[in-house]
Amino acid sequence: MIDWICEQIVLYWDIFKYLIPVVPWTALITVTSFALALVLGLIIGVLRLSHNRAIAFISGAYVNIIRGVPLLVHIFFIYFGLGSLLNLDRFTAGVLAVGICYSAYLAEIFRSGIDAIAHGQYEAAMSLGMTRFQTLRHVIIPQSLRIVIPPVANEFIASLKDSSLVSIIGLRELTRAGREYYSQNFTDFQTWFLVGLLYLVMTLTLTRLVKYLESVYAVKGFGSSRA
Amino acid sequence: MIKIKNVVCRFGNIIAVNGISLDVERGEVVVIIGPSGSGKSTILRCLNALEEIDSGEIIIDNFRIDKNQKDIHQIRLEIGMVFQQFNLFPHLTVIDNIMLAQKVVRRRSKEEAHKKGMGLLEQVGLLDKVDVYPEQLSGGQKQRVAIVRALAMDPKIMLFDEVTSALDPEMIGEVLETMKMLAVRGMTMLVVSHELGFAREVADRVVFMEAGKIIESGTPEKIFDNPSRPRTKDFLNKVL
Repeated sequence: MIDWICEQIVLYWDIFKYLIPVVPWTALITVTSFALALVLGLIIGVLRLSHNRAIAFISGAYVNIIRGVPLLVHIFFIYFGLGSLLNLDRFTAGVLAVGICYSAYLAEIFRSGIDAIAHGQYEAAMSLGMTRFQTLRHVIIPQSLRIVIPPVANEFIASLKDSSLVSIIGLRELTRAGREYYSQNFTDFQTWFLVGLLYLVMTLTLTRLVKYLESVYAVKGFGSSRA
Repeated sequence: MIKIKNVVCRFGNIIAVNGISLDVERGEVVVIIGPSGSGKSTILRCLNALEEIDSGEIIIDNFRIDKNQKDIHQIRLEIGMVFQQFNLFPHLTVIDNIMLAQKVVRRRSKEEAHKKGMGLLEQVGLLDKVDVYPEQLSGGQKQRVAIVRALAMDPKIMLFDEVTSALDPEMIGEVLETMKMLAVRGMTMLVVSHELGFAREVADRVVFMEAGKIIESGTPEKIFDNPSRPRTKDFLNKVL
């Protein structure tokens, strides 16, 4: 029994040593693709509210098309489809796929966040002589961002987990490394248990970080931060 | 200073403003009274191009007001507006509320905007609230901050849209005092209000509106003590 336990500990330690160096890659893929998703999502979300019908239609179509296709297909399409045309490496293709896919979800979150701001805020800003852009930039979006922190954080955590899908195109991250280890050593239970545990540690860390962010951006008496 | 000619403003089938003409001179204080739904707020909002007019013409300081005009925001910054619901920016402190448009629109430096804001806050007795968020203020304090925010832009005209209607009775006085101070200094003011005492004391002219039209206008003495139209009498009897 003691032998078995010692054996297991050694095995887990061995897997752990194998997996831990790729954890930064999973983090890098997630952070890069989510940064892309944030920028694209904010732009698309704002454009969806445009009074210009063509712009509103195109941005709406973007959201519906991107959202309607599985992430795995995005990855294949961008890596094998566009990738062969544009000569994209695995990292770029993976980050683009996750980033574009999540930008559609984020656009909807940003749009609803902007919609949630009372109309009087626009009127007050515009009566002070602000242009529509200045109103969005200084009055509406700062308030919306506080509202959307929780749902955006949700998407961030989801994108961390979904970054495992890019292992399919051979981009070396946590899931890929798990498969490598497993295929060499056939320790299925232990490997996937540890891969899962590492993802869990990362997502729980993020959850804590989000709680902290919410408290930093909380304004007395504003929105859900009401004390 | 303000020329309103035959202005009509519709919302779908409802005619909110039905052919209004009104001229306001520089330094004049005009108070618009009337039952709710009479179009008095709408005409005020048309002046600031927050509503689009369907026909007629509004000219302020030789500028034609048109909601769809590209540089309408440049005309708006000459017109301060204070709302019933305050509309302070909840994510900014009092002083940041006052400084934002000064910096962004008037292109003032931070120091200049701050100095201007502090000066005005002192005049309305709110220096101790500089770094507080709007939610922590009473209604009367909020409205005084909103007035200061508009004044900091050095507007030529101030529009007040039922600014005391959402306030507790004991806070109405402090806001009216602030408005009186402005009137005394010669600000051109258009005030939609139910405060008839204020109108009598401060207005140069009182306008009575009903169903989108001006029924009667004149000095406060004439409107309150000797109204010529039966509808004006009716209204005053009901509210006094």
